[in-house]
Amino acid sequence: MSTENPYLKMEGLTKTFGKVIANNNVNLQVNKGEVHALLGENGAGKSTLMNMLSGIYTPDSGSIFIGGNNVKFSSPKDAIDAGIGMIHQHFKLVDVFTAKENIILGQKQGGFFTNNKKMGQGIRELSQKYQLDIDPDKKVYDMSVGEKQTLEIFKVLYRGANILILDEPTAVLTPQETTKLFKIIKRMTEQDCAVIFISHKMSEVMEIADRITVLRKGQTIATLDKDKTNPKELTDLMVGKSVDLSIKRIETPKEEIALEVKNLSVLNEEKVQVLKGLNFNIRSGEILGVAGIAGSGQKELCESIAGLYPVHEGEIIFKGENLVGKKPAEIIAKGVTMSFVPEDRLGMGLVASMNIVDNLILKQYQAQKGFLINRKPAIAKAKEIVKRFDIQTPGIYHPIRDLSGGNIQKVLLGRELDSNPELLITAYPVRGLDINTCHKIYDLLNEEKKKGVAILFIAEDLDVLIELCDRIMVIWDGRVSGILDAEKATREEIGLLMVGEKSDKTEGAYAI
Amino acid sequence: MLYRIEKRSDISKEKSIGIRALAILLALITSGAFIFLLKLNPIDVYLSMLDGAFGSPYRIRETIITAIPLLITSLGLAIAFKMQFWNIGGEGQILMGAFFASFIALNYPDIPKPILLTLMMIAGILGGGLWALIPAFFKAQWGTNETIVTLMLNYIALKWITFLQYGPWRDPDALGFPKVPNFSPNAILPKVFGVHIGWIIALILVVLVYIFMKHSKKGYEIAVLGESENTARYAGINIKKTILVSIFLSGSIAGLAGMIQASAVSKTLAVSVSGGMGFTAIITTWLAALNPIFILVSSILFAALIRSGSFIQTAFGIPSAAASIIQAMILFFFLGSHFFIKYRITRKTSAKIAQGGE
Amino acid sequence: MLTISFFSAAIIAGTPLLFATLGEILTQKTGNLNLGVEGMMLMGAVMGFLVGFHSGNPFLALLAAMLAGAMGAGIYALLTISLRANQEVSGLALTTFGTGFSSFLGQSLVGQVTPKSISNFFNPIAIPGLSKIPVIGPIFFNHDVFVYFGYLTAILLGIYLYKTQKGLNLRAVGENPGAADAASINVTLYKYVHILLGGALCGLGGAYLSLVYVPAWQENITAGRGWIAVALVIFAVWNPYRALFGAYLFGGLDIIGFRIQGTSIQVSQYLIDMLPYLVTIIVLVFVSFKKSQEHSPPKGLGKPYFREER
Repeated sequence: MSTENPYLKMEGLTKTFGKVIANNNVNLQVNKGEVHALLGENGAGKSTLMNMLSGIYTPDSGSIFIGGNNVKFSSPKDAIDAGIGMIHQHFKLVDVFTAKENIILGQKQGGFFTNNKKMGQGIRELSQKYQLDIDPDKKVYDMSVGEKQTLEIFKVLYRGANILILDEPTAVLTPQETTKLFKIIKRMTEQDCAVIFISHKMSEVMEIADRITVLRKGQTIATLDKDKTNPKELTDLMVGKSVDLSIKRIETPKEEIALEVKNLSVLNEEKVQVLKGLNFNIRSGEILGVAGIAGSGQKELCESIAGLYPVHEGEIIFKGENLVGKKPAEIIAKGVTMSFVPEDRLGMGLVASMNIVDNLILKQYQAQKGFLINRKPAIAKAKEIVKRFDIQTPGIYHPIRDLSGGNIQKVLLGRELDSNPELLITAYPVRGLDINTCHKIYDLLNEEKKKGVAILFIAEDLDVLIELCDRIMVIWDGRVSGILDAEKATREEIGLLMVGEKSDKTEGAYAI
Repeated sequence: MLYRIEKRSDISKEKSIGIRALAILLALITSGAFIFLLKLNPIDVYLSMLDGAFGSPYRIRETIITAIPLLITSLGLAIAFKMQFWNIGGEGQILMGAFFASFIALNYPDIPKPILLTLMMIAGILGGGLWALIPAFFKAQWGTNETIVTLMLNYIALKWITFLQYGPWRDPDALGFPKVPNFSPNAILPKVFGVHIGWIIALILVVLVYIFMKHSKKGYEIAVLGESENTARYAGINIKKTILVSIFLSGSIAGLAGMIQASAVSKTLAVSVSGGMGFTAIITTWLAALNPIFILVSSILFAALIRSGSFIQTAFGIPSAAASIIQAMILFFFLGSHFFIKYRITRKTSAKIAQGGE
Repeated sequence: MLTISFFSAAIIAGTPLLFATLGEILTQKTGNLNLGVEGMMLMGAVMGFLVGFHSGNPFLALLAAMLAGAMGAGIYALLTISLRANQEVSGLALTTFGTGFSSFLGQSLVGQVTPKSISNFFNPIAIPGLSKIPVIGPIFFNHDVFVYFGYLTAILLGIYLYKTQKGLNLRAVGENPGAADAASINVTLYKYVHILLGGALCGLGGAYLSLVYVPAWQENITAGRGWIAVALVIFAVWNPYRALFGAYLFGGLDIIGFRIQGTSIQVSQYLIDMLPYLVTIIVLVFVSFKKSQEHSPPKGLGKPYFREER
């Protein structure tokens, strides 16, 4: 493939946020008709680079050339006019609008009123050209994640984009939806589009990319042809040193059942059943992984065990005692700890404007006697946790809002592990962390497992679930669609269960 | 774009105080332009305002008397605001506190003074608290917008007092003048150092509210809930109960201010007992960043502005509304100054290179 | 009591509320909550009256009222959009400012009456044909031009919001500014323009009070109508057509106390005067427990938007 006259050329781009340099003299060249993967850990500067290309951020220095012309973007509009279309990880769609309204949003050529025929025709023609299924009158809030993504892609194509940027597009998709997306990407390159594919998942990059550029700590490390490299080399480049990527599953003796959930059903505020009779158990010293499409009931499951969600029917038996109806504080006192890292990381479990000490108090102040809070024990704990987990902070009295994502998550996990739990529920604990930190957290979980803690581990990355867990429970639409032995499970099998299709190899809905 | 906005990672105390002081100065300069429009010398006016607020022992006493309800109500509002509950119903809560206290004062005028005053205080606290519980209940139950409900309740309380004044509680001996009978001497708060005892109550409240907000469990829960309802739920905080308790507290403190005003200042129930303090308290509370100690400062500052406003009205014939324009200006510039504390505007240059790419 | 003249008077009493509500709908559709409606109405009321009183020209008076309202909104917009200040407090500050501003400028005008040239201009005009329809005609089509302008504004605003490209863009700005930005809509510009327009409408609402409704200058002439307008926005679920209904309903509540005097009903006027406020609360509570995707506030309401924040 020729790199003499690339269609898109980014040269020496630098962008800082406060004291943090997100991009430092980054270079990238992309040709027409190729899928160019941008590989790097969280925080390597991939999103910053793409946000500069799509006009959301303005670079501090450096230049961008498209078709040989130097372009300067001061807003997303400029980038769109230059043919750049960005499909964000968090979709930029208006929920209460229809597909069509989202497509024509911000368009100039339509004229004053919105109901004209020319646009409807344009939508039909385009959907035929790329074979994209779009129902123009469907509201976004009624769409599945896959449909929303198709709409996002359609939207940028409709605006005449010929450079498409997909930011971690598969993070929220099932393996089957991912396959579909890859077909769409192929069709786009056939139409001479350039596609930039951002990911940190090695398997996908190896599958779809033609060339790969690796970023690390805000700098370009290398650009390689896919055919001339391998996952090991890429990972080493990405992390900066030779790393052992395998996650160990440690063997522990079969112990007693710590938690048994029987026929658990809960209703949400609209009285719709969101958990529909879950049955499962976890032994002490076992990691039970939970896989499922976002919003299949993961959050409600965590919250009902922790006593935060009203249980409609069923039992949650922990060490022989039913937790249903107990107050959250009582459940915490019994040695159950739950941490849920939401998408914005700070929404639940931590208070952004408070310091580490006050965040540590959150789970234990209720056990204190009297009207006032004694902060002394928490101050000692804070110092200890900062040391043990190597948390980078100006001090224990610094608002945690100013810490980096990884350090914030360490505060959260540190607090939870510090309480010496017997049952540890953790949802998305590695969300947005770099590989090294991820592995540290897996090690911590394994350490707890060795101590005999029962662990319920909810995660997005199927590979991690397969490697780390003892068993994997797949939930779909508030039900258990299967519980698999992790050693024998495959991605495809889990993927099918995630969309509710039964496979023959499952242990059955309720296995001991 | 030659300039860009950049988030500051930290700012020194001196610098942030400096920016705030500059904001007040700019507010005074802008207000000065209004005064200039009236063909007056702003500096003369400002000096005479200072004189009007602090120029003699009598004026200082008057300023303190104005500051008392402002300070107490602000302390109450601070609790609600910490929870991000926009209680702008201070006026109504003051009035209802005064109404409950007056009910005791008018019906049992002859009980011994200490007992009567204690009962009146309890009544005032209940009156303000219960009135605030109405929006708190709706908020806790259905998430009803508290801003508007608390505000509407101000008007309802005002109409209610007017109704009493013109109707059932009208003084038959007032020669047709629509007013409520004066309290008996037993129902009047005593004076200490020439100012009614409310100033001592206010200072005690500053300390109590400070301890409550910084060191009590409830205060901590309020702070957590104010920042994130999800986190509060996660920590096992009873959200509905916390809303009800804290807003009851918020309203009851305002109600106590109402009792003090009725007993010590107007010596009867009248629509004027609140006198806009519920609204001004919103400003003083916000300017003080909800900190009880700073509220003490901002309340005295605004009491001085109110006193001097009426002083310059007589001295220069300037409408007393000039004072509320100055108040608004200070608030505008303070609100605006926050931006310069959080962000820095820098010239665009190629950034210096260092490590770190989080 | 519920006669044609009562309904007709309710329309008149509802007109200032209508303009303020429409102004606040336009503002909130940008995703900004402006609690300064009362302040902007007062600014419009005093400037409209001041200019009208000195010039005797109704158009100049209305223009001044609109500019005053827009100026108030401009302060708010500068603080909340460019300087990223808290929206609630900025709105409250604007109300404090507007109240002070109006009593400051209005002090010399207290008790003055609208000049003849202006009150004549706002005499009722029966619309030929329409005013002859029984019941409907006298209620809706025998009013001053200002009232008709209210109908027109509501309908035009509805068409703008729901049928035009600009309206679609505006709603996107309020719902999801990130999405609007990515669709090359100038979020800041949209916010500024519509918040200023919204302020101008609030100013008009105030001017109706001082120039037509009262028609004289009195201190604090709005008497809380600005706040009722904020509540009416919720009542109308951000829909201009429903705002018509809400404003006239509350117009009726506003005058009912006055009308009830002299009838056989024995209730104090002060208690009846509570009605609009009481009904507002009831309506708010009612709206808050029936929520739906379509009839809910713009999703971005109250949240500031900065593109480069991370």
